[in-house]
Amino acid sequence: MSVITSERMLRVNPLRRLLVRPETGAVAGSIAVWIFFAIVAASSNFVTLRAASSYLSVSAELAILAVPVALLMIGGEFDLSVGATVGATGMMIAILTTQYSWNIWAAIVVALIFAVLIGMLNGYLVMRTRLPSFIVTLGTSYILFGATAGITTQVTGLTVVSGIDKAPGYSAAHAIFATALGGGQQFPIEIIWALGLVALATWLLLGTSFGNWIFGVGGDAQAARNTGVPVTRVKILLFVGTAVCACLLAIIQVVSFTSADVLRGQGSEFTAIVAAVVGGVLLTGGYGSAIGAMFGALAFGIVEVGILFAGVDANWYKAVIGVILLLAVLLNSYVRKLALEARR
Amino acid sequence: MSAQTAPLIEVQSVSKYFGSVIALKDISMSVHAGEVMCLLGDNGAGKSTLIKILSGVHRPSDGHYMFEGKEVHFSSPREALNAGIATVFQDLAMIPLMGISRNFFLGSEPKKGWGPFSRYDAGFANRVTREELAKIGIQVRDTGQPVGTLSGGERQSVAIARAVYFGAKVLILDEPTAALGVKEAGIVLRYIAQARARGLAVVFITHNPHHAYPVGDRFTILNRGRSYGTFAKSEISREELTGMMAGGEALEELSHELAEFARTDEKAGAALVKVAQEFEAEAKGLHVEQLPSKFEKAEQQYADPLPPADGDGKR
Repeated sequence: MSVITSERMLRVNPLRRLLVRPETGAVAGSIAVWIFFAIVAASSNFVTLRAASSYLSVSAELAILAVPVALLMIGGEFDLSVGATVGATGMMIAILTTQYSWNIWAAIVVALIFAVLIGMLNGYLVMRTRLPSFIVTLGTSYILFGATAGITTQVTGLTVVSGIDKAPGYSAAHAIFATALGGGQQFPIEIIWALGLVALATWLLLGTSFGNWIFGVGGDAQAARNTGVPVTRVKILLFVGTAVCACLLAIIQVVSFTSADVLRGQGSEFTAIVAAVVGGVLLTGGYGSAIGAMFGALAFGIVEVGILFAGVDANWYKAVIGVILLLAVLLNSYVRKLALEARR
Repeated sequence: MSAQTAPLIEVQSVSKYFGSVIALKDISMSVHAGEVMCLLGDNGAGKSTLIKILSGVHRPSDGHYMFEGKEVHFSSPREALNAGIATVFQDLAMIPLMGISRNFFLGSEPKKGWGPFSRYDAGFANRVTREELAKIGIQVRDTGQPVGTLSGGERQSVAIARAVYFGAKVLILDEPTAALGVKEAGIVLRYIAQARARGLAVVFITHNPHHAYPVGDRFTILNRGRSYGTFAKSEISREELTGMMAGGEALEELSHELAEFARTDEKAGAALVKVAQEFEAEAKGLHVEQLPSKFEKAEQQYADPLPPADGDGKR
C-alpha cells in the first residue's frame, strides 16, 4: 500500500501541481492580456504608470465586489443583489448627507447597518425557503433597485444626487476612502482597500475554521451538516460579507465622485461573478481562492482600459470579456478534473 | 451470548412502523466493547431502519434502546454522536474537493492562538491526519490532496478513522464494503478488525456474508423486518450464513427463472442452461433443510405470517 502510494507521488509533475491551484488561470490570463495590450497599444503609452493607475483603479473597484462574491460562491451560493446594494447604500449616504445634513460618518454607519440587514435577509430567505440563491437574490436586487429609484425621485426629484463634499466630516472620509497615493503618478487608495480585502479573505479561507466551513458547505452542505458545521450561520455570514463589501464600494464611489446615481452598480453583480469564475472559483461551489478572484478582476481591468488605449471602439470590451470568460470556464473544468484524478 | 460485562449498546424487542408498514418487528441485539457485531440481510431486510434507530435518526415505535446500561432516547444523530455512537453512513460526510486533513477535521478544527487571533492549526491537523492514516496503512505524502483522489476503500477508512479519532465508543458502519473491489474491501475489513482491537464496539452492516464472516464475532440476520436470531461465530459456518441470509430458496428460484429464460431464447440457451444448473447445484448445497436444527427453529419463527410490505427498501 505505502509503496504504491509513494511511487505514485513521485510521478507528480511540478507544472501539474501549479496547474491545479485555482488562481493559476487568472494569473496567466492577466499576464497574457497585459502583454497583448502592451504590444497592440504600445504607441498610445499603455506601458506607463498612468495606464497602470487607471487599470489598477478599475480592477480594485471590481475586486472589492469579486472577492466576497468568490467566498460566497465557494460557499455554494450566488448573490445577484450586490449591484443593487451598491446603488442603494450609495444613494442612502447621498440623501442623508445632502437632504438631511447628516454628518457623513453617521450616514456611512447607517448604510453599513443597512447592508448587514440586506445580507442577513438574503441569507435568511435562501436558507429558510431552500430556493436557489440565484432567484432569491435576483428578487431582492429588483426590490432594491426599484425602491432606491422610487425613494430618490420622491425625496429629491432627481435620479442623481450631488454635493456630498459639503457634508460635515467629508474631508476625513475623503482621506480614508478617496485620497490618492504616490509621488509622481497618483494611485487611488481603493487599491489598498482591495489588497487589504484580499489579504483578509485569504486569511479567512485558509487560516481559520470558518474558512474550512466555507469550503465544506460549498462542497456538500449535507455532509458538512453531518460533521457539525453550522451551515445556515456560515452561509448567512457570507451573504452579509457580500453586502457589506458592496457598501464599502458605494462609500468609496460616493466619496470620490461626491455624487450618487440610482443606476450605479447596475450590472456589477455579473462582472463580479465573471471575475470570480475567471479567478478559478467553481460555479458549483467548494473550490476557489480570493487571490484568484483578485487576478480575475485584474484581467478585467486591463482589458477595459487596454481597449481604450488601443483606440478600439469600447463596445468590443464585452466581446473580449466574453471570450475570456469562456476560456476560463473551460480551463477551470479541466483543472478540476486534474485535481481530482491526477494527484495520487 | 457472551455477556461478561454489560453491553455498550443494546436494543430489546424494538419495532418500527411507518404508517401501516412494519419495517422492523421485535428485534433484539446487543454489542459489547471489543466486539464486531455483523448485521446481515438482503436489500429491504430492515438493516437501514435498525441502524437509523441506533444512530438516532429514527426513534423506535416500540421496545427499549439502552446505551451503557441506561435507556436512552436520542432525538438527533448529533446527540448519539456526543454520547459516543458514531455512524459512518454510505455518503461518508466527506467533501471530495477538500484536502484530506481539512476533511478529517471538518466541524472540529484544531485551533491555536487566543480569542480573535485563534487560527486553524494546519500543522497539527496535517500531523494527526498523517498519523491516523498511517495507523491504518494508508501513507499519504500530501495531506492536502483532495479526498476525491483517494480510492473508495481509502475514503471509507478515512471516514472510520475520523470517527475513531473523535472518541467514538460505538462505530456503526453502513455497508462500508458495498461498491468496493476485493482489495479495497480488504482494506476496510482490516480496519474494522483494528477498531475492535482498540476496544470499540462495531456494528457492521452488510449484505455480503463473505465480508462479514472473517471479521465478525457475532451475526444477527434480518429478513423482511424480523430477526433470524443472533449467532456466535462458533455456532455458524460461512456457508450456513450465506444460506440463512439469501435463503436457499431464492437461489433455487433464480435457477428456475434462468432455465425458463433459456427455453424462450434459443441463442443464449445453452450457456444459460449451464448457469441455471450451477445455481441449482449451489442452491442444493445451501438448502435450509440441510442446515442444523437451530436454523429450522429460526425458519419456523420466520414462517409466522408477516405483512407483505416492507418499509425499509431503498435508502
